[in-house]
Amino acid sequence: MLIDLTEEQALLRDTCRQFAARELTPNAKRWDREHRFPAEALKKCAELGLFGVDIPTEEGGAGMDAISYALAIEEISRGCASTGVTLSAHNSLYCDPLLKFGTAAQKERWLKPFARGEKLGCFGLTEPQAGSDAAEQKTQAVRKGAMYVINGTKNWITNGPVADAIVLFTITDATKGVKGITAFVVDTDTPGFLRQKADEKLGICASPSCTIFFESMEVPVSQRLGKEGDGFKIAMSALDGGRIGIAAQAIGIARGAYEEARDYAKVRKTFDVPIAQHQAIQFMLADMATELDAARLLTLRAAALKDNGVRHTRESSMAKLYASEMSGRVTDKAIQIHGGMGYSKELDIERHFRDARITEIYEGTSEIQRLIISNALLK
Amino acid sequence: MDFAIDDEQQRLVETARKFTKEKIIPVAQKLDEHGTFPKEICEQGWELGLMNAEVPQEYGGLGLSCLDHVLMMEEINYGCAGIGTTLAGNNLAAMPLILAGTEEQKKRYLGALTAAPIFAAYACSEPDAGSDVAGMRTQVRKVGSEYVLTGQKRWITNGGHASWYTTFARTGDVKDRHKGITCFVVPRDLPGVSVGKKEDKLGQRASNTTDVLFDEVKLTSAHLVGEEGNGFKIAMKTFDRSRPWIAAGATGIMRRALDESRRYALERKAFGQAIAQFQAVQFMLAEMAMKYEATRLLMLKAAWSIGQGRLDAIESSYAKAFGADSAMAVATDAVQIFGGYGYTREYPVEKLMRDAKLLQIYEGTSQIQRVVIARNLLAAGA
Repeated sequence: MLIDLTEEQALLRDTCRQFAARELTPNAKRWDREHRFPAEALKKCAELGLFGVDIPTEEGGAGMDAISYALAIEEISRGCASTGVTLSAHNSLYCDPLLKFGTAAQKERWLKPFARGEKLGCFGLTEPQAGSDAAEQKTQAVRKGAMYVINGTKNWITNGPVADAIVLFTITDATKGVKGITAFVVDTDTPGFLRQKADEKLGICASPSCTIFFESMEVPVSQRLGKEGDGFKIAMSALDGGRIGIAAQAIGIARGAYEEARDYAKVRKTFDVPIAQHQAIQFMLADMATELDAARLLTLRAAALKDNGVRHTRESSMAKLYASEMSGRVTDKAIQIHGGMGYSKELDIERHFRDARITEIYEGTSEIQRLIISNALLK
Repeated sequence: MDFAIDDEQQRLVETARKFTKEKIIPVAQKLDEHGTFPKEICEQGWELGLMNAEVPQEYGGLGLSCLDHVLMMEEINYGCAGIGTTLAGNNLAAMPLILAGTEEQKKRYLGALTAAPIFAAYACSEPDAGSDVAGMRTQVRKVGSEYVLTGQKRWITNGGHASWYTTFARTGDVKDRHKGITCFVVPRDLPGVSVGKKEDKLGQRASNTTDVLFDEVKLTSAHLVGEEGNGFKIAMKTFDRSRPWIAAGATGIMRRALDESRRYALERKAFGQAIAQFQAVQFMLAEMAMKYEATRLLMLKAAWSIGQGRLDAIESSYAKAFGADSAMAVATDAVQIFGGYGYTREYPVEKLMRDAKLLQIYEGTSQIQRVVIARNLLAAGA
């Protein structure tokens, strides 16, 4: 078993690490406080190829693999978790379904400029009454000649307020359950596409999300992804990759918290010695580092399976479940090691703690991951 | 053995519950968002006796026992832990005076708290001495019969609004550790007393937390609380009595988290049924309820022991550490039960999670409680 990175993978990781340290880490606190979308930094991410990491070069991407993608998202999230999820949603949830299910014409218009980083995509699956239970879709698409007329509501749409296009899921046949779900790719300036104000969230405050209303929005048949009824399959396939991205994001957040806690423990003194000399602190750091490595190995395994074209639903879910809960524990311990300073907005630690929490919720809550994993085990 | 509370306690709980429902819950989210100090609410609470609850009756207080007090505090913290902490801040400042102050100090400073709705603060922590109280550097120099106080205090609850501070300073060398620490009461209006930067915090944002600076503040023996060199003992005795209050913060947060989660789990549907029908959610709720009950019992036992005059530091630490750790876990699970909604500011559970985190840090971190507990356990057999 080879667990070394290739030269190309290591180079991308190091480039992203340096980029994050230079461009993201120094600004992330301010972006969080001001709820500011880091458009400038994202432009620079585009120059690094991060808008289409594992999209082939002929489709506008960087032509790398899923392992590179996971490494890149970890490094970016180490600097700024909001930037990390902006890229993860764009790569995994928008570009990937276009690559797998788009026609040549669709790819030309809705993949290439996006993978090149000229445009930003988003993914519209969740609804007010259909979060974990994605099969409960209510957004309707009714066929009228060469058009579909779409009505409904999507919420918590990451990148929603700033995206140029959406991969949108609708019901075309309510009698067929998940087989009645159909996907489209739609420009966000289409008449009837109505974005609402950005959500007020606990964390990832520099990643804008919002509710979107669709009011008699007309979409040509040529913008349907796959066939009628293929939507659920497309969504689940996208989420298999997306969960690798969220696992990597969770690891990046946790690594920041861990590194800052480790450095702090060496300089902060109590009872006349650096707190790193108290066994209680040493053991916390040991647990944090161990869990971080375990989460990364699970994530890279899922990515390796994806690169080999093997179905990786269960492995992605395991990586996402473990990495997100690990991130919750590690960022919590990092606050604890920092004491009062960890609770203050002067440092980055409290932000890491708030940012980590969402990774246990979006792209399938921890409960949904357990459902997927146990179903796979018991099948 | 009797777990019932008496009629008087029941009335106290009902008063606090009504106040929380009518005055605190409607505004808690907004105060949190803007980090607004709850001055008016505290003034209204003062009218009802919800502030300064443990100040003895001879100085105008209700003279509540610790047990009465924690029952009341659970109700307040159900509405907002930031407000709970603000109210507790006055009691914390008062406690060293209740324990060790002269008759004159009690009349003057405790009397002032009950005569008008003013604030006081307990100023112990420093930038480089939080958990390690004996590592403090604030100095007092004796010049004739005067004491000259200089130093910087940090994380001071009510720091920016206090009329007086109960503070601790070193009369000896830093190497003397806990032996050279002395307690003083310092009026805010003395020359050399100033308020430093206000903390921008993760949670409990309605509670005011600041630096307090002492620059050559001239004090006399009238400001000395207890004897010279006795400060560390006073600080520790105060913490023994205040840690059950933090457990009350924990029970308030947990009961709220449980109520909100229970209601939501019964309403929210997934896969064709209320999520309360899923065993994963049921078990989370069961776990939350057990943690609440266990904390409440530890809190009541510690408070009862204090009332019996046979205070055992270990019991206060049990209640504080177990309560704070439980509240963090319960509030985190509440966010999980709410899913995406739990992560937004539209619902109250994300605030519960942010607020709970501070319980594990202030008045001795969860780690310091374990130091206290282990030390007591290991000394017991000696």
